[in-house]
Amino acid sequence: MSPLLSAGTPAPDFTLPRSPDAKLRLADCRGHPVILAFYPADWSPVCGDELGVFNEVLPEFQRYGAELLGISVDGVWCHKAYAAARNFDFTLLADFEPKGAVSRAYGAYRAQDGFSERALFVVDAAGMIRWSYLSPVGVNPGADGIFAALEALK
Amino acid sequence: MRAQLTPVVGARDHAQGPPDAPVTLVEFGDFECPHCGRAYPMVKAVQRRLGDNLRFVFRNFPLTRSHEHAEHAAEMAEAAADRGKFWEMHDVLFEHQDALEDENLIAYATTLGIDPSWAAAALEQGLFRERVREDVASGGRSGVNGTPTFYINGARYDGLLHPDALLEALVNAATPE
Repeated sequence: MSPLLSAGTPAPDFTLPRSPDAKLRLADCRGHPVILAFYPADWSPVCGDELGVFNEVLPEFQRYGAELLGISVDGVWCHKAYAAARNFDFTLLADFEPKGAVSRAYGAYRAQDGFSERALFVVDAAGMIRWSYLSPVGVNPGADGIFAALEALK
Repeated sequence: MRAQLTPVVGARDHAQGPPDAPVTLVEFGDFECPHCGRAYPMVKAVQRRLGDNLRFVFRNFPLTRSHEHAEHAAEMAEAAADRGKFWEMHDVLFEHQDALEDENLIAYATTLGIDPSWAAAALEQGLFRERVREDVASGGRSGVNGTPTFYINGARYDGLLHPDALLEALVNAATPE
């Protein structure tokens, strides 16, 4: 298993479905910071707490011009139902086919379990990883590390 | 490193217990959150056990996109604080988590001696919305990772939400090494 990509590494580019009929390319997000939040699965209670908290502090992320992207191996229809049920105001990306390919590229895949790690990245406006964090899979990371990284970009 | 309370407890906070208590417990909570509702008697229990050795602080972290009444409940708590009744409202809200419609909130304010038309206007005009947002922003920076999230002397408490476990952590924090 490759290690989690660390600060100072260019963020590997990817294109993933953001909805049943639209895709998002990371390179198109250049110009503003991007927060990548890999998580194991839609619907699991811990993820709900983590993403629910991030959803509430979105306006604070936006003060830094930052965009939040959630990524798991769940498919687009699952993401759509999940985002609707939780009123998420940010994008969920489906790392579904080939399964977990983007998570693997970031060193954020649990091959033994078949899902993404609970891992966070802050990518700067030029596409460089400026901060990354691997959380124990059962523990919710808060947003404190993200804010510290965004603050350091200024 | 464990997440740290940011900013530290200050004059803007709602606190119970002496400012020089050896241990300070901070909760980020949501008045509509069932987990917070279950934590409410736990906090009361440790307050009874530790008495003047504990200072307890509450900051708002309403999960507004999951709990439709949470924002106004938080704003009403802050409105009550403006009238010197924060803790009374805090307790009433946690004891009535199933009745948090605006009309209920205004009725609780009335019971606490707050002018109902002022309380209604406070909600309508969002007089305390910014105050609640400040708490949420501080929660984000403090590493809140769900509701409730607790901090003991500034460090996030990641242990069990059980009175015995919390009490042990508080006693350890209060005891010099």
